[in-house]
Amino acid sequence: MLDDFMTRAVLAGIGVALAAAPLGCFVVWRRMAYFGEAIAHAAILGVAISLTLQISVFTGALMIALLMAWIVTLLSGKNYAMDTLLGVLAHSSLAFGLVFVSFLSGIRIDLMAYLFGDILAVSQYDLAIIWLGVILVILLMYWRWSALLISTLNEEMAYASGLNPKRDKIILTLSLAITVAVAIKVVGVLLIIAMLIIPAATARIFARTPEAMAIIAAVIGSLSAFGGLEAAYIFDTPAGPTIVCVATTSFIIFNLMGYIYKKINSIFF
Amino acid sequence: MNLISIENIYVNYGEKTVLHGVDLSIDEGEIVTIVGPNGSGKTSLLRAIIGATSLQKGKITLKDNLKMGYVPQRLNFDSSLPMTVERFMHLSNNINKKECFNALEKAGAPNIFKSQISQLSGGQFQRVLLARAIINKPDILLLDEATQGLDQPGSALFYKQIEEVRRETNCAVLMISHDLHVVMSTSDRVICLNGHVCCSGTPANVASDPEYKAMFGAGTEGTLALYQHQHGHDHRDKELEHNA
Repeated sequence: MLDDFMTRAVLAGIGVALAAAPLGCFVVWRRMAYFGEAIAHAAILGVAISLTLQISVFTGALMIALLMAWIVTLLSGKNYAMDTLLGVLAHSSLAFGLVFVSFLSGIRIDLMAYLFGDILAVSQYDLAIIWLGVILVILLMYWRWSALLISTLNEEMAYASGLNPKRDKIILTLSLAITVAVAIKVVGVLLIIAMLIIPAATARIFARTPEAMAIIAAVIGSLSAFGGLEAAYIFDTPAGPTIVCVATTSFIIFNLMGYIYKKINSIFF
Repeated sequence: MNLISIENIYVNYGEKTVLHGVDLSIDEGEIVTIVGPNGSGKTSLLRAIIGATSLQKGKITLKDNLKMGYVPQRLNFDSSLPMTVERFMHLSNNINKKECFNALEKAGAPNIFKSQISQLSGGQFQRVLLARAIINKPDILLLDEATQGLDQPGSALFYKQIEEVRRETNCAVLMISHDLHVVMSTSDRVICLNGHVCCSGTPANVASDPEYKAMFGAGTEGTLALYQHQHGHDHRDKELEHNA
């Protein structure tokens, strides 16, 4: 079954969607989109370094993503506002990564594959790594779910309940870095944030509890991955971007439906 | 036995020293109010007690297995986070539905179990925070300017609720407030903080203390009125029930 590239692609896409769902909810709730972007862009530098050192792209991307997270934490609250700082770091690491890649003579690299993903080229080995990362992220999220919710609502409240918000934030950042690293093959560093945010934002329309939002986001993300791959196959379009387009279309449609439903409710009831 | 004893603590916020040489202890069942102007270190003191801030110097000793109930000023609530009152109450505790109901009733917010937190009124919201803080039967209730979002009658009602909670559970209460304007007359002690403890005593004593007057300026004198449970012409009790 795993011999078929389309099957592997669907499984890889669904895997990333499942990990991205609970994580994406926190990215939305804690307003970490820009932070996630900085980590994701840094990963391209990680890709370049791992190609030079001939180590696994996954390891290199994970390491540099974590390094970036650490630098952001170190510099935050100093002289610049957070979004200025992230703006500097996110885009410069992308630029440095791209320049670095150009120095790699002798190796022919398909840069597009890392920027926008190359889901149809996912090997069985890649699939194993992706699912390993996905399961790890889901376990981490499950384990710290309530604690992270409390510290999202109010850090002091978390301290008073005997929790350690600082440690939980590190776990969240680690999960984010793992997700970015495994998603490079699927949607690429430029679109991973879309996979985190769009399904979660769509799920918000239907959800009444945080858990429901994460589960609905997982369903929407998985369906987008599946539908996007099918659409890419039919229309012969790049797979990663098509997945994001499908997710965005569902975001727009459900929002419109929600709006119309509210209007009808307010007119008749 | 002291629930909390604070000995000569120093706390820095960035380069700035916000607390220097603060001594304070809180006994079982005691109601203590900390007042002080903005930037006087009230919140830092509370953060130090719950372990959210590291101390530069000094020591804070908590009674063994001290259970703290913390009522924050506000939540970082984003409309992107769906949360029912029920789910919120269950967040950190292994508790059953009945305990939730009881806590909400005690805090004066019954019948809003299924409501979205983001749709509660200011008064209901503070009561839900209070309910969550008392659900584990804490030894001490910590309130960080918990009435900031409420108007004066609302604050008075909220303080009354806290008094009731305390009468029933006999927990100690430590709260901070930016002025003495609406402070419970039942405070056993008021502590006036401005980087260090300026003066302390009963509410009436502190209000007439020259240090307090100097800190808050003469303007406060005219409007200063200690809360004495006088809100006979107020209909918010009914309104609250109605909203629920």
